[in-house]
Amino acid sequence: MNSATTGPVEGWQDKYVEPILEVEGLGVDFQVEGQWVMASEGVDLRIRPGEVLALVGESGSGKSVSSMAILGLLPKNARVKGSARLLGKELIGASAPQLRAARGNDIGLIFQEPMTALNPVLTVGFQVSEIILSHQNVTPHEARERTIELFRLVDLPTPEAKFDAYPHQLSGGQRQRVMIAMAIACDPVLLIADEPTTALDVTVQAEILDLLRDLHTRLDSAILLITHDMGVVADLADDVVVMRNGHVVESGPIRQLFAAPKADYTRDLLASVPHLGAEIASGKLSIKEPAVEVETEAVPALELEDVAIEYPGRGRTPAFRAVEGVSLSIAPGEVVGLVGESGSGKTTVGRAVVSLLPVVEGHVRVGGTDIAGLSRKELLPLRRRSAIVFQDPGSSLNPRMTIGESIGEPLFLHEKLRKSALDRKVEELLDQVKLPHAYRNRYPHELSGGQRQRVGIARALSLKPQLLVADEPTSALDVSVQAHVLELFQELQREQGFACLFISHDLAVVEILSSRIAVMRNGRLVEIGSREDVLLNPQDPYTKRLIAAAPVPDPDEQGSRREERSRLLAAGAGPEA
Amino acid sequence: MSTDDGLRSESVSEETPLPVESERIEAQMHRLISADTDVLGVETASADIPVAARSSARTVMMRFFRHKAAMGGLIVLAFIVILVFSSVGIGPIPGWWHQDYRVPQPLYNGGHPTLQLWPFSLGKHPFGQDDIGRDYFALVMTGAQQSIIIAFLVGFVGSAIGTIIGAVAGYFRGWTESVLMRLTDVVITIPLVAIAAVVAKIAQDWGGVWALGLFIGLVTWTGLARIVRGEFLSLREKEFVDAARSIGVPSGRIIFRHILPNTVGVIIVSATLAMSAAILLESALSFLGFGVQPPNTSLGQLIESYRAAMGPRPWLFWWPGLFIVAIALAINFIGDGLRDAFDPRQNRQKA
Repeated sequence: MNSATTGPVEGWQDKYVEPILEVEGLGVDFQVEGQWVMASEGVDLRIRPGEVLALVGESGSGKSVSSMAILGLLPKNARVKGSARLLGKELIGASAPQLRAARGNDIGLIFQEPMTALNPVLTVGFQVSEIILSHQNVTPHEARERTIELFRLVDLPTPEAKFDAYPHQLSGGQRQRVMIAMAIACDPVLLIADEPTTALDVTVQAEILDLLRDLHTRLDSAILLITHDMGVVADLADDVVVMRNGHVVESGPIRQLFAAPKADYTRDLLASVPHLGAEIASGKLSIKEPAVEVETEAVPALELEDVAIEYPGRGRTPAFRAVEGVSLSIAPGEVVGLVGESGSGKTTVGRAVVSLLPVVEGHVRVGGTDIAGLSRKELLPLRRRSAIVFQDPGSSLNPRMTIGESIGEPLFLHEKLRKSALDRKVEELLDQVKLPHAYRNRYPHELSGGQRQRVGIARALSLKPQLLVADEPTSALDVSVQAHVLELFQELQREQGFACLFISHDLAVVEILSSRIAVMRNGRLVEIGSREDVLLNPQDPYTKRLIAAAPVPDPDEQGSRREERSRLLAAGAGPEA
Repeated sequence: MSTDDGLRSESVSEETPLPVESERIEAQMHRLISADTDVLGVETASADIPVAARSSARTVMMRFFRHKAAMGGLIVLAFIVILVFSSVGIGPIPGWWHQDYRVPQPLYNGGHPTLQLWPFSLGKHPFGQDDIGRDYFALVMTGAQQSIIIAFLVGFVGSAIGTIIGAVAGYFRGWTESVLMRLTDVVITIPLVAIAAVVAKIAQDWGGVWALGLFIGLVTWTGLARIVRGEFLSLREKEFVDAARSIGVPSGRIIFRHILPNTVGVIIVSATLAMSAAILLESALSFLGFGVQPPNTSLGQLIESYRAAMGPRPWLFWWPGLFIVAIALAINFIGDGLRDAFDPRQNRQKA
């Protein structure tokens, strides 16, 4: 358990004998309806100065709860055991004023969602200087100076102007930089970063990780990094602690853990992380090969021709053109990956294909029929040809309808199936997605995320569509669950041979599934080509940057990729704003 | 630091040579998936016993019948309704109680109630007599009848109009919403008491309490319409609505089958409150002389007329009060039960 503390690293052990944070036997229980429920147990951690310790685990593993326990930020129904010493001072059971002094001053916190962690009605400069004012004896003017200095430190462009900006005026990456500035405002000895890049795009994530790495060498503060992303871990961490169901499964130096994981769970976890480049290297295509040779003249399952999509304006605000000039064609049975960052218009394209959004220009042909500008009634029979799987299985299933009713609704409407005929078909569909029949009387909240997404897939496939639009179907799921859902998806695609537009921000996932990849940016298609061409030999500078920014779960490879990326940026591809 | 890293990776690679990355991943992927299907296989085996599909309507009903407080409320309300309507009859149909509530009689036993619980006997005047000797049981029964009619009429008419207007405005947006919400604003500005004075006169000729209930229902739907519209505005953006639209579910079905069940909690709470409020509003109107007009009577009117009798003849106050409280409580418990039954996440059964 304590191998994190016995790493084969020498040299600085003579200099720093005392760890910054020492956690022993930390356990957290929550009282739920009169019963104590264990959230974490027997957690041991040790972080020395200048070290980055990653706490890794899937949702519910107790990683966030443990870190919140260290800070005394748990709700009142929690009970904490064990000890956590910061520079020798005990934090568990410390009084509220002591804890408050430690937070912010000795420990800096970086949250997952920079938009909600910042107060929207105060300027970001005020929020940072407030921290300095409350912890240090300085004048407001000095606090302002210090804040601008911090903004410069975290590489915010035009730091003086940003002082008076409100959170909504900054981009996601800039907001996260402000959060980091807040965290380091009082020169903390320890930074706790709780999923610092999960809400960000890959290219922005790479920049924030660079910043964190840079800051921690410059300020010599230790970082406790809490994340589920093995790529981020490989990029930043020195030591790794893997948690599952509230227990530490394995801990050790990063290279040792990635190269030779001891625990079964760690091995499974690492195996289920999609590895960019691994699929091509293995030379296999796991989906059904499109029958190109036989039906070269076949009608494409989907054909987009110079498509433009607008979100209508209200009053004086002009309409917003989200997508422009997109042309794309998917052969029957082919899977095309559509990749892009948030705001690139990839989801908008997916929604237009299933006619959830109107197309203002161009043509969308599903199985040869143009669906642009058709009325509801004319569209109805065409709805059978295409289906969509949504990103968040939690919100895409009606919470007040049973699973069986949700899956059966398309059949009820289109095939006019009733009663026992409908029941039989629903059972068949549940079998296909490997869910027990008894689940059809359950409600969505009684299912896990992966099971819900299986239901979403079953509903989409209920009418045997020629074209399936999968809108980030696995991005809301844990990695091991994602692996299962992707496997199911591949299996179904092989069996039923539907064409698919697979939308994702994760290049590694798209690589596993697609035979061709399209890359979107700012509403335009920048590159499209076969999987190998796009990933191994990208032409567009943006595609190059995107591929370089995607972290891979391998510390050595990630290190060399990082250098490659900085070379690319230096060569003039230009950083993301 | 960098030398340390080098040392570390070297020592590792010496101990355990790395297999080819892709092979390793593939092998482990397969193991993982077989583990998953194993788990699922167990579950499927136990699920081979056919499980009949249950519609959500049936589930809601089952959950409602398991709700103890709601069942208690339902029994109490059913008892009151049967007692009230069977005792004095309704319209031309005569009931089993043969005293007329309009006819004064000589005082019996000083007007005190003759109701005896053990051994049970009603006596001549179970609820006593009022100051001019009228049979108070007949009066209370007639009054409760009127109040129940008004409460349910207002509850149904108000909730139905409010829900439909709010739902349509919230779902369709655009000009539909503008028109309907401006209409709502106009109705809100109507001073209820002033217009009640006019309507009560017409109501007298048209069907008495029915017309009054309908009228109150027609002006009290506004609050619910605004709440339901708000709920619809947020729910229509949810992905399950997009999912329904993507498979071509018609708007009417989306509104009533998909979104409305998610707003049932708000609607039922609002409807039960409206029913209780209607009983009170009716008594306020009656007090001002605009509501139920004598010789017709209602629970509110009875309480208003015998306010002063609290000292010498408290039963004149207690009996109608008891019925108002019992009816309102029963309705609220039933509403609670319905709300919990419609919410699948609510698993705790209230005692």
